This record gives sequence, C-alpha cells and structure tokens, in this order.
Amino acid sequence: MHTNGSARAKIDVRNVRKAFASEKVSLPVVDGVDLQVADGEFVALIGPSGCGKTTLMNLIAGFLQPDDGAVFIDGIERRKPSSQGILISQQGSIFPWLTVQENLMFGLNGHAHTDKTGIADHYASIVGLKGFETSYPHQLSGGMLKRAELARALVVKPEILYMDEPFSALDALMGLRIRNELLRILAEERHTVLMITHDVEEAIHLADRILVLSPRPTRVQAVFDVPFAHPRRLTSPEAQELRVAVLRQLGVDA
Amino acid sequence: MNKLTQSLPSIGVLSLLLAAWWIAVAWSGSVIFPTPWQVVTGTAELIRNGTLWLHISSSLLRVAAGFGLAVALALPLGLWMGWVNGAYLTLNPLFQILRPISPIAWIPIAILWFGVGNASPVFLIFISSVFPMIVQTVAGVHTIEKRYLRAAENFGVSRYTLFRQVVIPAVLPQIVVGMRIGLGVAWLVVVAAEMIALRSGLGYLIMDSRNAGNRYDLVIAGMIIIGLIGLLLDGGMRLLEGHRLVRWRYAH
Repeated sequence: MHTNGSARAKIDVRNVRKAFASEKVSLPVVDGVDLQVADGEFVALIGPSGCGKTTLMNLIAGFLQPDDGAVFIDGIERRKPSSQGILISQQGSIFPWLTVQENLMFGLNGHAHTDKTGIADHYASIVGLKGFETSYPHQLSGGMLKRAELARALVVKPEILYMDEPFSALDALMGLRIRNELLRILAEERHTVLMITHDVEEAIHLADRILVLSPRPTRVQAVFDVPFAHPRRLTSPEAQELRVAVLRQLGVDA
Repeated sequence: MNKLTQSLPSIGVLSLLLAAWWIAVAWSGSVIFPTPWQVVTGTAELIRNGTLWLHISSSLLRVAAGFGLAVALALPLGLWMGWVNGAYLTLNPLFQILRPISPIAWIPIAILWFGVGNASPVFLIFISSVFPMIVQTVAGVHTIEKRYLRAAENFGVSRYTLFRQVVIPAVLPQIVVGMRIGLGVAWLVVVAAEMIALRSGLGYLIMDSRNAGNRYDLVIAGMIIIGLIGLLLDGGMRLLEGHRLVRWRYAH
C-alpha cells in the first residue's frame, strides 16, 4: 500500500471501524480503514454504491466518531468537525434564505476580518459568480449552486476540502466544466482534497491518487497513482489503461 | 382581464344566493328575517350613528392584545422546545392536551378569573391562538434540514450566529403559517367571547341587535362585516408569506 510517513501526513486514518446498530443486529459499515493523505494531495475514493464511502467521509471530517481506531489531522486526533476541513456534499448546503454574498460570508462570522464583503466578493468572482452576489439560491442553476458552495468553503481558507460526490447531480458538460475550474482554483490555492466519487473518469481527471474501496463493510482494496501532469487528456492510452484497471478492481470489465 | 374571468363563477354564485335569499324572504312574507336591502340600510344606519366603527375597533383591539401576547410567548417558547429536546418532552404532552379544548370551554374560567371586562376576551384569544403557534414553531425547528445544521457546525460559528442566520430564518416560514392560523382562530374567538357580557365589539353588536328588538338586519350586517374583516386579516398574513425573508420557502 502506498503510504506517506505518518508523521508528515495531513490526514492520517488509522484502522477506523464503524458499525451501525439496528434492533439487535450490528451492521459493520467501515471495517478497518487505513489511509494517509499528504499535504496538498488530491485523493479520490471510489467504491460501489452503498459501500460506506459517505460514512467513511463523515468519520474523517469529524461528523461521526469511529468505534475503533482514530483520525489524525496534522498529527492531532480529530474529534469534531472544524473549519479547518470543509465538507461539500452531493445534496449541497447553501442556505436558501441567504443571498450568495451572505452565504459566502457565513463562515467568516466571529472572525476579526474587517472586509468580509470584500473577501466574499473575491471568491464569488473566482468561481464565476460575479454579478450574482445579491441573488438568492433559488434564482441560481445547479451548477451555480455548486460554485457558490465551493466559494463558501474557500472563503474560510480551509486546509482540507472533503467532497462527497459534489458534481454527481450535474449534467456531464457542466460537471466537466466545473472540474476544470476546480483544478484551476486548486493550482492557485493549495488545498488537500479528499473526494468521494463513483465516476472513474472524474477521479483520473482530478486526483493524484485513487483509492478503490471494497463493498460493505468497506476497506481500502487497491491504490492507484495517477502520474499524469495537468492538463490531463482522458483519451490518452495511459489514461484509458488506468481506467480499465480501476474498473476491473470495481468488478467491471470495460 | 384574466383575473376577472376567473372570479366570474364565484360572483355568479354570490349573486344567485343573494337572489334566492331575497325571493325566499319576499315569498314567505317574513317580518323578522330581513331582505338583503334591509341589511344594507341597517349597515348604513350603523355607519351614520358611528357605532359600527366603535364595534370594529373594539374587536380589533382585543384581537391585537390577545394575539400579540400569544405571539410574544409562542415564538420563544416554540423555538426553545424545538431546540431543547428535554423542554419538548416535558411540555409537549401538556400542550397536546390543552390544544384540543375549544376556547369556548374556557369562557366560564375566563369570567371567574378576569370578570366580564376586556381581559376575558383577550385571555380567550390568547388561549386559542397560542397553541397552534407553539406547535407550528416547534415543527418548524424539528424539520430544519440536517445538512444546514451540519454546514453551520462545520464552519464552527457561534451559537448566536447559528440562531440568527440558520435556525430562525429556517423556521420563519413555519412561524408565519402558525401566525396565520393563530390570527384566524383569534378572530373566530373574539366574536364568541364578546357575546358574553360586553358593551362593545362585533359579537356584542350581534347579540344586542337580537335582544334589543329582533333587529336581524343588524345581526346579518354584523356577520357579513366579521367575514369581510376576517378575509382582510388573512389577506394581510398572506402578504407576509410573500416577504423577502420567507419567500425562499415557496420559490420552486
């Protein structure tokens, strides 16, 4: 297994287990996961549906506590969520009752910034929402909502972005466009990214490393490095070869 | 133009009812039950001698007082019960028992405690409108989508920010619905309460008109005015539903 030295890992997940109790049965969901993510690295987690990916993400981001094992961020055990790592989920959580600008400023509440609107507007323009600052979320398209969600996370300068199938609700074209923009933003502002996806091409497009998860109870089943420089051509023979190999790990012959 | 054609059927039904009423009175030769025209002249008489405004304003002031007190208690209490589960488990059974008791059943107790002055109807309005508003506010807090609370938790904002920017705006549409229900009930109850022993109000107007000489034209005038004011109050609350702060809830 590909491991960075634990001391240097940004995210260090050690033997994490989680089971959900229902009636008298205990259903193991995450079964001894070990993984490390280096500072500034982009790691994609791929697994079959219902394998426990989201549970694993919630454990790492601090929304759930493991039954066994621990999650360390910068060598310090993580016990609850913090703005050091922002979770962007599939359903999204932009507040519908606040304007785009108010949403972007939300994370700055209680901070001693003097120019909160300036910071919010800066990130609105970075994600291409300039001119929509005073709009309400219901006036935006699905793609624009994702941009707002991304900008709201970036505003608090999180060291880690946790992304749980963030673009899966978008159509293919919009998904591709927003992925390119994410790469552009990540090139400017270095974040460590842990992203769940079920889309192998998306993982090859974005990630430095791909971890394939097993069916439930989930473990890390295989690790693939993605050694291609950006911008990546997904149609290159190497990329196609990698795609076939990842799909084979997922039990699909392509 | 489109609005006009839409309201044509209801105008038609109203006209038919008026005509049927008029014909029925004329045909039966009743001397007590008034024709629509007698209701109109009765109303004009009330307007001329100034009593109509007195009755309307007394009723509205009682509703304002009772409903205002109910809002002042129900909103904080509902938010607290929605947010703190212990408070919900403690108080909810009590409110679920009190809620189905008709406000009319409280009249004897209101008279015992507050006498036959203004305080009794204000108390009855308070009792009748406070429970639906508590229930709606609690339900509003309980139905806040978890993803929004998690986002707030993720950004690590203070309790104050959590309430001001997430919980209260998320619950506000439900609060407005609760207020609309509460005000509707309050208007129903003020008229019933005023029938007991007051010297003013639309309820008093109705009872007094019957007792003082079978003035059924004024009874029906009072009923129609009650209906129209109720419609206006509800229309006002509907306007609140279009307010910027709650519009997001309906914009899909």
